[in-house]
Amino acid sequence: MKIRLEDVTKTFQTFRAVHGVSLEIDSGELVALLGPSGSGKTTILRMVAGLEYPDGGAIYFGAENATHIEVRDRGVGFVFQHYALFPHMTVAENIAFGMKVSKRKRSQADVNERVGDLLRLVQLEGLGDRFPAQISGGQRQRVALARALAVDPKVLLLDEPFGALDANVRRDLRRWLRKIHDELGITTLFVTHDQAEALDLADRVVILDKGKIVQSGTPEQVCRAPENAFVMNFLGDANRLKVDVKSGKASFQDTSFDAHGLPDGPAELFFRPADVAWREDGHGIPATIIRVIDRPDSRRVLALTRNGQAVEFDTAPEFPFKAETEGFLDIRRPRIYALP
Amino acid sequence: MAEKRPPRIGENPLFRGTIISIVLILVALVIVAPLIVIGVEAFSKGWAYFATTIGQADTRHAIFLTAVTALIAVPINTAFGIAAAWAITKFDFPGRRLLLIAIEIPFSISPIVAGVSYLFVYGLQGLFGEALQSADVKILFALPGIVLASMFVTAPFVARELIPLMQAQGRDLEEAATSLGASGFRTFFSVTLPNIKWALLYGIILCNSRVMGEFGAVSVVSGNIRGQTNTLPLHIELLYHDYNAIGAFAAASILALLAIVTLIAKVILERRGAGRVRRPSLAGAAQKPETLT
Amino acid sequence: MARRILPGLPLTLGITLVYAAIIIALPLGALVFKAASLGPEDYWRIVSSERAVASYRVTILCAAAATLFNLVFGMALAWVLVRYRFPGRRIVDALVDLPFALPTAVAGIALTTLFASNGWFGGPLSAIGIKVAYTPLGIIIAMAFTSLPFIVRTVQPVLEELDPALEEAGQTLGATDLEIFSRVLLPQLVPALLAGLSLSFARSLGEFGAIIFIAGNQPFETEITALLAFIRLEEYDYPASAAIASVMLIAAFMMLAVTNLLQARALRYTEKG
Repeated sequence: MKIRLEDVTKTFQTFRAVHGVSLEIDSGELVALLGPSGSGKTTILRMVAGLEYPDGGAIYFGAENATHIEVRDRGVGFVFQHYALFPHMTVAENIAFGMKVSKRKRSQADVNERVGDLLRLVQLEGLGDRFPAQISGGQRQRVALARALAVDPKVLLLDEPFGALDANVRRDLRRWLRKIHDELGITTLFVTHDQAEALDLADRVVILDKGKIVQSGTPEQVCRAPENAFVMNFLGDANRLKVDVKSGKASFQDTSFDAHGLPDGPAELFFRPADVAWREDGHGIPATIIRVIDRPDSRRVLALTRNGQAVEFDTAPEFPFKAETEGFLDIRRPRIYALP
Repeated sequence: MAEKRPPRIGENPLFRGTIISIVLILVALVIVAPLIVIGVEAFSKGWAYFATTIGQADTRHAIFLTAVTALIAVPINTAFGIAAAWAITKFDFPGRRLLLIAIEIPFSISPIVAGVSYLFVYGLQGLFGEALQSADVKILFALPGIVLASMFVTAPFVARELIPLMQAQGRDLEEAATSLGASGFRTFFSVTLPNIKWALLYGIILCNSRVMGEFGAVSVVSGNIRGQTNTLPLHIELLYHDYNAIGAFAAASILALLAIVTLIAKVILERRGAGRVRRPSLAGAAQKPETLT
Repeated sequence: MARRILPGLPLTLGITLVYAAIIIALPLGALVFKAASLGPEDYWRIVSSERAVASYRVTILCAAAATLFNLVFGMALAWVLVRYRFPGRRIVDALVDLPFALPTAVAGIALTTLFASNGWFGGPLSAIGIKVAYTPLGIIIAMAFTSLPFIVRTVQPVLEELDPALEEAGQTLGATDLEIFSRVLLPQLVPALLAGLSLSFARSLGEFGAIIFIAGNQPFETEITALLAFIRLEEYDYPASAAIASVMLIAAFMMLAVTNLLQARALRYTEKG
């Protein structure tokens, strides 16, 4: 099922949560809504589910305008941030709930069979008789997913699906969710504030800031070609230097970078710590090494430019460190954005 | 501006309007009407008559006796409540849970049973009856009996407000104060008390309200001697059975006023957080095992 | 036992134990002792006498009816207070505690006056042939009034703290309002309801002050057990009074035990496996 949002807006009391968001999600696509808290990503997800109504704009499920369809008739599967499992029902009863209340009556045997299939799908065979309080967080997450899938939803919506889990459980579960998605081919939209999660899992990442989409694209597109300073910063560590642009050239002290298409005036130069080579002589931005931080696979070096701006870069673990060493920062893949 | 959102369950305007109306009508009939009828009856012959009724010697004595009872029973029960809460929440000792149950017992026992029980301790046919008589000490059908029965009925009131709160607050602050060299009393007064004062006051007010209004237990042990051992609630009964309805309602209006003041104090104290941390009583809701083991 | 860090255990525990012993344990012990000194035959004769049994029946049936009324009214009241905002809500919320704050004797004469055949409610009711004062219906009303806050106050906090996501989960799974209420919300209120029910029932069993004014107190018809214990006392029949009071005491302890059992069962799903 293809989902389309057309200029959707939503205001809470005085707070404008979502500003004119338009978005298309293709049938079978797995899309991440990525943004910091307050960026409106959860509100968008809840509007798609029908748990909030937009103040303006429309939401289409396929060709049908779903904006005013009630949540219970919308046919979405929703996995809540803290799972919202019914605490007084067993795992199996939780999964069966949607089928039990469905207008389409099924025999008890059919329900049981489907519950069994779903328990197998989420690898929880044998836990059907447990109560939610008696299983682990990761298991609860999978029960919530099975419960959402049990109603054959047209679209699967997940709100921070891994937010409440430990780091290592999180990684396992997201690979596993990707596998389930590939098996079922169901259109899936999930919300996260964790870039690694979005890049790891999604076909397409939609990055939001202050209720607006700031960039949307495949993980490769958003990583390799961040369209603005916010995306550059949000996706990972980035160094930032103030530069001046004049006739298509950005200059920082004596070094200049290609900046064609940018208007003249002050701008910002961004680069990732991994995109710096340290040169003892030659060209680049002159800098002095201050300190080094060791990491399992690299060394992170902290340096200061001549005008006192801090820069961090990564080197091989063998990099010999001496404080106060002077040298040059040779920057690959610099990105320059005009100041807003 | 109203937010557009899907209705939560029960927000259908028709259902909402209907259930609110039904509930409000029932509240008016069941709770408000008795309160109003007290005032209406008490003043049915005007202010002057009301004042005369209240001013009668027997009524004045009943008010006095009720006040004296409260002045003795409430401070003692407050001291007991604080001691019990300190012992139960600041230490682990075997039988702690049992003690907690014991303190709560009066709450689930009929006041009549309480009164009858006291009779079998201090009455002539009771455990200490003969000894007391030969020593010429009068407990039953006198102030001490009334105070004792009132203390039984309200024994849990202060403790049950303090214990859940002090349990939730833990022992860190007191341990810090002790490690800095403060004495036990100093620790209590400068560290514990400021954190529990509203709950304490809340418990005291509820305790006082019950002491002043207690009927059943006191009725058994007081002997109902007019002008001597009649507390205000007992005096109300007496007047009522004497077909002096206005007198009864005039006396009742004093206690009704006390109830309203108690409710207002309760609302104010609840805004300051008192009465919020509820340890479920023995029979209370959602008993969480970790709160008291 | 861990070493004690804080001071004051001997003092506070001492006060607590002595006070609990003198004020609570001693009288109850004396009652049990007195009742036990009757011997099994006399005891049984008293507690199973026709008049006593009739009083149990009146008390239990009226308490059950009052509790049932409070179950429905208390639930509705808690629901309205938690789920809706309307003018006067806070006042209603405060008024819920009035039956606890109002002395029972005051409640008793007020209710009797309202429901007497010339009263505000009693008048119209007797016009349509319903007599309240001096009938079991009056006892039920007095009991319902004095125990009303229990169910409201046990259900209210649980209702307040229910996660709204549970209702939303029900909605996304296609359930109707009625299904969500009956299958998702109500089961989670059950432990609180049971607690409120048993508190309300226990209070009604032991209530005295509010009832004796409105009940009429006719033996076999409108005489509650607490009153019978009181009457035996006034007749100087102390053993009978002790025996009947001991039955009430046993009933109170049984209510406590049953409540805890029911609650433990109702909450078993929250236990870690």
